Amino acid sequence: MNTGEMTFRSRLRGAADHLVTGLAIVATALVILPLVAIFVYLLYKGASSLNFAFFTQMPKPPGELGGGMANAIVGSAVLLGVGSLIGVPIGIGSGIFLAEYGRGTKLANAVRFTADVLNGVPSIVMGIAGYALVVVPLHRFSAFAGGVTLGIMMIPTITRTTEEMLLMVPNAVREAALGLGVPNWRSVLSITLRTASPGVITGCMLAFSRVAGETAPLIFTAFGNNFFSTTLKEPIEALPLQIWVYATGPYEDWHRLAWGGALVLIVLIVTAVSLVRWVTSRGVLKGAS
Amino acid sequence: MADRGFHWLMVLCAFSIFGIVILIATELVVRSQMTWKQFGLSFFYRADIDPTTHLPWYWDPVNGHFSALPFIYGTLVTSFVALLLAVPLAIGLSIFLTEMCPRVLRSGLAFLTELLAAIPSVIYGLWAVFVLVPILREHVNPWLTRALGWTGLFGIDNPTGLGYLAAAVVLAIMILPIISSLTREVMTAVPHSQREAVLALGATRWEMIRMGVLRNARIGIVGAVILGLGRALGETMAVQMVIGNTPEIHKSLLANGATMSAVIANEYAEAVTDLHRSALTELGLALFVVTIIVNALARLLVWAVTRGAPTQVH
Amino acid sequence: MGVGIEVTNLNAWYGANHTLQDINLHIPANHATALIGPSGCGKSTFVRCLNRMHETNPIARVTGSVKMGEIDIYADSKAVLVRRRVGMVFQRPNPFPTMSIYDNVASGLKLNGYRNRRVLDETVEQSLKKAALWDEVKDDLKKKSGASLSGGQQQRLCIARALAVDPEVLLMDEPASALDPVSTSKIEDLIFELKSQYTIVIVTHNMQQAARVAEKTGFFLNGRMVEFDSTHKIFTNPSDKRTEDYITGRFG
Repeated sequence: MNTGEMTFRSRLRGAADHLVTGLAIVATALVILPLVAIFVYLLYKGASSLNFAFFTQMPKPPGELGGGMANAIVGSAVLLGVGSLIGVPIGIGSGIFLAEYGRGTKLANAVRFTADVLNGVPSIVMGIAGYALVVVPLHRFSAFAGGVTLGIMMIPTITRTTEEMLLMVPNAVREAALGLGVPNWRSVLSITLRTASPGVITGCMLAFSRVAGETAPLIFTAFGNNFFSTTLKEPIEALPLQIWVYATGPYEDWHRLAWGGALVLIVLIVTAVSLVRWVTSRGVLKGAS
Repeated sequence: MADRGFHWLMVLCAFSIFGIVILIATELVVRSQMTWKQFGLSFFYRADIDPTTHLPWYWDPVNGHFSALPFIYGTLVTSFVALLLAVPLAIGLSIFLTEMCPRVLRSGLAFLTELLAAIPSVIYGLWAVFVLVPILREHVNPWLTRALGWTGLFGIDNPTGLGYLAAAVVLAIMILPIISSLTREVMTAVPHSQREAVLALGATRWEMIRMGVLRNARIGIVGAVILGLGRALGETMAVQMVIGNTPEIHKSLLANGATMSAVIANEYAEAVTDLHRSALTELGLALFVVTIIVNALARLLVWAVTRGAPTQVH
Repeated sequence: MGVGIEVTNLNAWYGANHTLQDINLHIPANHATALIGPSGCGKSTFVRCLNRMHETNPIARVTGSVKMGEIDIYADSKAVLVRRRVGMVFQRPNPFPTMSIYDNVASGLKLNGYRNRRVLDETVEQSLKKAALWDEVKDDLKKKSGASLSGGQQQRLCIARALAVDPEVLLMDEPASALDPVSTSKIEDLIFELKSQYTIVIVTHNMQQAARVAEKTGFFLNGRMVEFDSTHKIFTNPSDKRTEDYITGRFG
């Protein structure tokens, strides 16, 4: 009988176990280290490019030094604004439908599946769609076209997170409202949605931050603009778009600006993601009990 | 009455999602009609030969030659090499985080992986152009050519450091977080009783992971990998910045190439002719169809293991 | 053949919770020993200390000595090795759902490196016969998955799986509590058959079950072992008042 000693086979199994542990640690390091390296490099290259001019000036003509990305920053804000006007209502509305009216139905499953499909469409294809749906009828590249495309891309994320957050609201809250004689639509808006609002807003922030970094759908919708745009019917610049053009351009100064823009973009996104994580981990529904 | 109205308003929102997808699909089909009528299915595989150079004449908008072949090739090669690189690392990372990592470190490391997923494609591209490509050019590629050149996969056609390999490496970094996070989800879904059953037989920790966790989660892990593939197929910016954008087919991974998404990004805004634009749209349509199928398959597999909608939005 | 288990000064903790206090007892070889007591008294924790499963929880801690035969399983051995000598059957059956019945039973053997087809076939058949499951599954060994059986059959499958690696000790943590009465009685018959070949320790909250299958019984209360004696004595003439109160149903 086995006396508890290590046989050869036992040693082999133990060695295999240690080997795998080592490999897993190596894999983790290989993943985490480049990530840290990217961030550090971005910080280093980007910080040195940022100055007051960066945030307040438009780009200078090629060859001239200096200038900034103010128009790109403003442009991104405008595009996100237009996008939200489309994405947020439809997204929240669909989320409300899934959680409050269609719960458990086949229709709801179909909607969820379709939202997933929409989510998986490559962003460049969304750009083609935006071109076809807005640029062609209006005969021009425009902020409106870019905004619509981005807005559509926000819908699946907002729908999903809104549904999730609404489902977390306990039924007791809904019943209390109904018991008070509040009409259903009122109850959903003022009570259920209000209770879930920190989470819903968080979901919108998540969608925002995802879409804020998108370049591909803007290339032939918003198109880009070296100057500040004044109306929604004009082409408009966006931060990721500008970064792309400058990074792939021939001028050193452009590259410097690209790093600066990248740093600004990454800071905004990391802040949004961290905030989202913080809000959801602290327990979103403080109002419900 | 207000209730009804509100109800129908919400239904309208939900239906608008159907409408949007249908609209996108319709536009893609309609606007690629021109190339479809002219080339039919051969669009995807034709290889006309240029009479003067005797080389394949895949993509020449000015002269009306359009073949999707080099782009399909580029998309597939970069995606599969990216999977080859990313999958072992992602699974290793997931195993570490779910089964080995001290609790204290776990949420911090998981958060870092989440951050990796949040970095926009264009920033990956920026980093790749100025950091990764020089490293490949100066250190990695020459070594690969010397050590593995005999395979024919690492010929020194191209001293720039751009090409299929550069694109595949960036893609691998980009799809890693999603493969890992979904893998972790399915691994965590495996009941604790399965782990205990294996341990009670005297298994080592790795044996427990292999038999008690990975075995039970394998369908979901395949789903996670397929989802990663779906992402890789559609990735545009980072790939466009490092692949070299040359519509040719080369065996060497160090050669310049092109992908479907990258060529659309490059040429759509200034398409030379309507036929050109139609060809690009048809590429977009192909991407659309393929990614829908791949993503649907992936979701199905993950659902089969976690029994319900995945809890995270990816 | 089974071995006797000598437990000396065993203490166990779950974080700050002192779950087992100063347990001392001798479990005889080739007999069935039952452990009874109210919920939360520590009997499950005790049994999990016998195959070093308790320590798989990161906040768990154990001190004291547990000797199986000549070897102290804590001081003289490694946890993985201990678990290869001690089999365990859990409260809820946990067969491997992705494996066939055959592969379930053979899983421990394969881990231990047995590849010979004939050896595996024979061992699987023998184990299933000992677990009184052979007749019911012999035609579907490789076709059906472990999870496709009924609850009672699954538990017998788990018993077969544990027996296949020829353990010296078989631990059973409330093995029939999730099962219907017919399956329960089948498992009790099983224990009766097996106890002359293995040392069996069975945790149960069912006193009649203890009385039916075990020669010795230990009564646990609040992390201490109150009384350990022959089953007959425990149930007819217990020495400690707390034992008497428990078996007459005054609490628990």
